[in-house]
Amino acid sequence: MQQIIFFFIRNKNFLLFLLLFAVSTALTINSHSYHKSKFVTSANFLSGGVYSVKSGITDYFDLETQNEILTKENERLRAIIANMEVEETSTTLLDTNYNFISAKVINNSYGRSKNHLTLNKGENDSLKVDMGVISSQGVVGIINAVSNNYASVQSVLNTNSSVVAKFKKSDHFGYLDWDTQQANVVQLTEIPRLAPVAIGDTIVTHGRSTIFPEGVLIGTVSNFERNPDEDYYAIDVTLFTDMTSVKHVYVISHRDAGEIKQLEKEVEDAE
Amino acid sequence: MQNNETIVNIVRFISLVLAQVLVLNHINLWGYINPYLYPLFILVYPLTGNKSLLIFLAFILGLTIDMFSDSGGVHAAASVFIAWARPVALKYSFGVSYQLNTLKISTAPLSQQLIYITAMVLLHNIVLFSMEIFNVNQILLILKSTLFSGIFSVILMVFTVMLFSRKSS
Repeated sequence: MQQIIFFFIRNKNFLLFLLLFAVSTALTINSHSYHKSKFVTSANFLSGGVYSVKSGITDYFDLETQNEILTKENERLRAIIANMEVEETSTTLLDTNYNFISAKVINNSYGRSKNHLTLNKGENDSLKVDMGVISSQGVVGIINAVSNNYASVQSVLNTNSSVVAKFKKSDHFGYLDWDTQQANVVQLTEIPRLAPVAIGDTIVTHGRSTIFPEGVLIGTVSNFERNPDEDYYAIDVTLFTDMTSVKHVYVISHRDAGEIKQLEKEVEDAE
Repeated sequence: MQNNETIVNIVRFISLVLAQVLVLNHINLWGYINPYLYPLFILVYPLTGNKSLLIFLAFILGLTIDMFSDSGGVHAAASVFIAWARPVALKYSFGVSYQLNTLKISTAPLSQQLIYITAMVLLHNIVLFSMEIFNVNQILLILKSTLFSGIFSVILMVFTVMLFSRKSS
């Protein structure tokens, strides 16, 4: 017994190191699985608070560019409205299931292999985990943690993220991955060899999940190849959103997301 | 005297964390290189101080950085590792005499300082990037990030040590 106690006292540093190292490794592995990355996030009052003070100061530096981006968006929306009045119908075709909540990015990373953004709105503004986030130009990411006043977004520039995407011109769909090489290029996988692919094709979101409505812009095909013995294309997609300067974003909430998810869960549990 | 040391350590902890998360994490040199200055806390922790306490503080330090950068526990793991490995690095670079109270990192010869800082930074970065990328197939990316980020961290740390060392004239 005494021997054991002596052993512990003699090696207390090593044992403490092992314990804490194991804890951090567990946290790391936890954060690799998307649905569990909730323990240590920047969406808490301390880091969220520090980041919002920071963004309160640094926001002034790029007001001009941000204004320009927002003006461009207004222009585009006005063009759509003007064209709609000419057609006089089609308002009923709009999908009214989706709600848009505007938010501001208070922290942004794009240089690591797993990037996140922090938003200045949280549960109090009815943001929830699994909501999609878009900018005026295209897809940004998916919320993976919320606190009362802040939310953390898993960016599309994250090796764990995988958004369902399809071609605008056809219904062939695949998944968006990121190979960490460039901050504006993501990879579209699992597009079958049958699909017609050309450089310059527009990639949009697939309406299959409740996260994004169908047809939100993602990017254009900038490069593609397929080895003769493989069934799938390897496609590079250049994003419309400049992930390095994204400031104003919209969070998309689906009116029936809770209901649909519960239903899907029930089916899964029954199996 | 003891009290003074504690306050210095607390101030150092907070200012290094803020410098790291507000400034250095956003440098993104050539797209992906960020220098890491915060391990300096572990490097300049009193040489005769309590080792268990250092390991624990390193964990808290890393976890704080992780919280700000949404990275799970990668910084905590790397910090705990170098806090544990510090005595070895100290012995290797300054000789056994580091345990005597006379040695100060900022007054040691520059070559010894460089060896110590480089060894610790490389250890820190290799653990950090292996944990962050977590993929054996990407070993080249791990080594590349370790090397480039390491060079910048070492330069930054040497300058910081010079800047804050009191002249013993």
